[in-house]
Amino acid sequence: MKFTLSWLKSHLDTSATVEEITDALTDLGLEVEGVENPADALRTFTLAKVTHAEQHPDADRLRVCTVATNEGDKQIVCGAPNAREGITVVLCKPGDYVPGIDTTLSVGNIRGVESHGMMASMRELQLGEDHDGIIELPSGEVGELFVDWLAANDPARVDPVIEIAITPNRPDALGVRGIARDLAARGLGKMKPRDCDGIEGEFASPITVSIDEDAREGCPVFFGRMIRGVKNGPSPEWLQDLLRAIGLRPISFLVDVTNFFTYDRNRPLHVFDADKVSGNLRVHLAAGGEELAALDDKTYRLEPGMVVISDDAGAQSLGGIMGGAQTGVTEDTVNVFLEAAYFDPVRTAYTGRALKINSDARYRFERGIDPEWTPEGIEHATRMILDHAGGEASKVVVAGHMPDWKRAFKLDPARVRSLVGMDIPESEQRQTLTALGFRLEGNMAHVPSWRPDVMGEADLVEEVARIASLTKLQGKPLPRVPGVPKPVLSPMQKREQAARRTTAALGYNECVTYSFIDAKTAALFAGGDDATMLANPISSELSHMRPALLPGLLQAAARNQARGQADLALFEVGAAFHGGEPGEQHMLVSGLLVGRTGPKDVHGASRPVDLYDAKADAEAVLTAMGAPAKVQILRGASDWWHPGRHGKICLGPKKVMGIFGEIHPRVLREMDVKGPAVGFTLWPAEIPLPRKQVSTRAALVLNDLQSVERDFAFVVDAEVDALALVNAAAGADKALIQDVRVFDQFIGGSLGEGKKSLAITVRLQPSGATLKEKDIEAVSAKIVEKVTKATGGSLRG
Amino acid sequence: MDDLKSKYLNLIADAGDESSLEEIRLTAVGKKGEVALKMRELGKMTPEERQVAGPALNALKDEINAALAAKKAALGDAALDERLRAEWLDVTLPARGVRQGTIHPISQVTEEVTAILAEMGFSVAEGPQIDTDWYNFDALNIPGHHPARAEMDTFYMHRAEGDERPPHVLRTHTSPVQIRHMEKYGAPCRIIAPGRVYRADYDQTHTPMFHQVEGLAIDKDISMANLKWVLEEFFSAFFEVDGIKTRFRASHFPFTEPSAEVDIQCSWEDGQLKIGQGDGWLEVLGSGMVHPKVLTAAGVDPAEWQGFAFGMGIDRIAMLKYGIPDLRAFFDSDLRWLRHYGFASLDVPTLRGGLSR
Repeated sequence: MKFTLSWLKSHLDTSATVEEITDALTDLGLEVEGVENPADALRTFTLAKVTHAEQHPDADRLRVCTVATNEGDKQIVCGAPNAREGITVVLCKPGDYVPGIDTTLSVGNIRGVESHGMMASMRELQLGEDHDGIIELPSGEVGELFVDWLAANDPARVDPVIEIAITPNRPDALGVRGIARDLAARGLGKMKPRDCDGIEGEFASPITVSIDEDAREGCPVFFGRMIRGVKNGPSPEWLQDLLRAIGLRPISFLVDVTNFFTYDRNRPLHVFDADKVSGNLRVHLAAGGEELAALDDKTYRLEPGMVVISDDAGAQSLGGIMGGAQTGVTEDTVNVFLEAAYFDPVRTAYTGRALKINSDARYRFERGIDPEWTPEGIEHATRMILDHAGGEASKVVVAGHMPDWKRAFKLDPARVRSLVGMDIPESEQRQTLTALGFRLEGNMAHVPSWRPDVMGEADLVEEVARIASLTKLQGKPLPRVPGVPKPVLSPMQKREQAARRTTAALGYNECVTYSFIDAKTAALFAGGDDATMLANPISSELSHMRPALLPGLLQAAARNQARGQADLALFEVGAAFHGGEPGEQHMLVSGLLVGRTGPKDVHGASRPVDLYDAKADAEAVLTAMGAPAKVQILRGASDWWHPGRHGKICLGPKKVMGIFGEIHPRVLREMDVKGPAVGFTLWPAEIPLPRKQVSTRAALVLNDLQSVERDFAFVVDAEVDALALVNAAAGADKALIQDVRVFDQFIGGSLGEGKKSLAITVRLQPSGATLKEKDIEAVSAKIVEKVTKATGGSLRG
Repeated sequence: MDDLKSKYLNLIADAGDESSLEEIRLTAVGKKGEVALKMRELGKMTPEERQVAGPALNALKDEINAALAAKKAALGDAALDERLRAEWLDVTLPARGVRQGTIHPISQVTEEVTAILAEMGFSVAEGPQIDTDWYNFDALNIPGHHPARAEMDTFYMHRAEGDERPPHVLRTHTSPVQIRHMEKYGAPCRIIAPGRVYRADYDQTHTPMFHQVEGLAIDKDISMANLKWVLEEFFSAFFEVDGIKTRFRASHFPFTEPSAEVDIQCSWEDGQLKIGQGDGWLEVLGSGMVHPKVLTAAGVDPAEWQGFAFGMGIDRIAMLKYGIPDLRAFFDSDLRWLRHYGFASLDVPTLRGGLSR
């Protein structure tokens, strides 16, 4: 919402400066977004007088002038045809910046004659288009500041324009008068009365209006009047200036009048060319399918239930949103039918949204205009039209009834204290509300017709606190629970944090990638279906909720590779989406290793990342989140993993806590990532919670008897899992065998195709008595037997 | 006997290596060595002679053994010194690489915020990122026609043909968590709800996804003055500057009444923003007293309970605190950015140890 200072002052009698006004507006909740002061560009220019002018010796069209300035007489060469002795001019001196020619002046030499400045035209000062000659002022003293002269003689030229942001609850501040009222309540001036006597109509309006019964909700009341014999044309200068200053284009006087009241009083009006209206006007609900060519040169197809104003020829205007082209006024309009109606905010909002029309009228009606001012509006507009365009007005035709807007709430003066925490005396509270237009009857505050937002006691408190200024609010400690604060994180939140910190400690860089990705990538990870699709994505790259975190990390890897970063360790902790309903999201932790373990180095420690790197990290993070050590490693995960090079870390076949492995080469190719790339995904919620919260640990049992280690090597089929062999060996004597560890693997060679040798170390820990050789032999034999049976392999000779 | 002693002590002193030392040991104090032979002669002596010669021989043997041991140690040291003289490494070579991981500023700042507000009794609540339009709008006093809906640039989820429900939305703010929490746990309550939120907007200062933290405190007599105190304490702790002032400006949000936008004290000097000093103001969050309709929607009786709510951009306060210029870079995962703006894995923000290094 834009307005000029003088416009504001036409409603508010104030001596406040622009800065005082803008500070107050922001504090009142009418946040100032910008102030443009045209005087800022003109401050250096002064008035001067041409005392002598003669022909330039070497140029036909130039004159050499002697100009009286506040710094004495100056010689200025001027090409303007009106440069002559005796005129008062606007002087730009060397050093001044002249906005219209974007130049900082210096002393010039024009065809051999020195020139100390220039005398400006309107265009050169960006005050208009006039460039036929230099400005000649009808008054003014030499040395007077041009801006001062303008302020006294042509204030619109130096009128500061203030732009404020209006929150949706304040339609009243969409009119300059509403803004003035807030400032007056704050104490920044007094409201000026701007009443207008009703105009007795001289004849009955030949056009009448009716509202269908079922349209009374959408358009409760409609006031109309014919004004005949008007002379339309360009608006008077002051009105054009006013509209231009706030960024509107003057169109013709009749249209400009409606725009003026839209901004002056938040009272949108409409004008029909009465000669183009066939028969009478009827407000009704669209049946659906009607077409309306609107004033924005577009044709709209109406949906059932939209409020439309029709004549005998069909739909002519969309109530509260936009008029039709067919009955619109032109420069030639002589007879005009003026409309001031009240349209329901909800209906207007839905219609406007459905047709995607953003008009000033819609913007205002959907926020709520002042219904009581509807009949006032038509009188004010009639007055203005008669004053400037002549003609005679008919009697007013009225259809429907004023909607019931009256309501009152109890003013409890103690509420300001208890809700906001400010002490404001009751008398001041009452004074504030009265200044804002509330009518107080005992304890009841009657809401003014222009404040549709005030719907309860809390709103009264807000008004009082807002006008008093929230800057006066003093903080007050929030009482706290005595004692040491209790922990606030849930087990899952702690897990998430543990996972994040541990993964970072393992050398991964945390990423936060978008929750939405493109359909093609999502499809690579079993996503991209309609359930997870956005209806209005910002781009096709961000069209579907991510089914997993790996795609985002792989895209990040590709971007980094394109920037020359080859070795990457990236991770993310966050939600992935398995459906489009609330709650169809699950927390994941994913890590991705790409390239080598590090840059090539003098120690030869750098090598390509592999599956076991991912496995180690997955296990470490699971441990940090409290996962049990005893797990199963199964195969058969989703197809974005390398089919033979991945493992699921499980507690039982259906309880998958994590997956690690190589990313499928096809996925890497599709996503433009240069491998090798390995990664892991963990499901923190799948880790069982500890059964009960006890801090004591099981007692530590230390055994002083010497433990014994024995090594075994088995030849097994190449596809036998090492874990199966280890588990078999460990099961040979659960009491005695403390640990089984694979320490060597040898594939093929002398063993033949499809075979491998696995070497294990078994650690035996006796508890009763020291082991004797025969005990060791017995358990060894059992280990060999168990392993052979479980794996079909044999002890390597 | 003195001859013997000086002979062997000289030999030991002159021995050049361990093997010659061993030879000397055998000839001197070995089983068949010279000292042993002398010992055997003791039998032929008179008791008186033996009384003198026995201890003397034993003393000689001890002395030679001690000299042998000392020489052996000396030779060992000399050999070690010799070896160490050859052992030299270029210690300026780089060490074996250790990858340095980092924590994203969003995570770090979320933990900082949580650490501060947990101390004031706020626990952490969560809610879904895809939500119904009821939780995201209606329950927050934003009915279907409300202009705020259009202004929020909402992302809507696709609706299958035949599914006549209003489309779900990607939550445009963390405020729906207020409703879900109060529905489930009622009043009184003190929660914060950090998380991802979404709006269809992309330019220098807007990304379609960003992060907010919601605050909600409901009790019998919580007022806006308490809110101001909480926020001032919060900002002083967060920016690690004592006594940061806030300025409340009247504003409007459908879900609070009265509503205020909150600015924090700051100054600009030479293009450098400094929080907590000077007389400039910077808008950082929106807040207010929870609207009675919102309480009712969440099943809490507004006649009995009241309280405040605030919503603040996590990305925004991260940018302010750590001087990160561009929001879009937060989500680009540029390794150089992650390393530069990221945090060490063990820099867990705590109040006892300080939020940042």
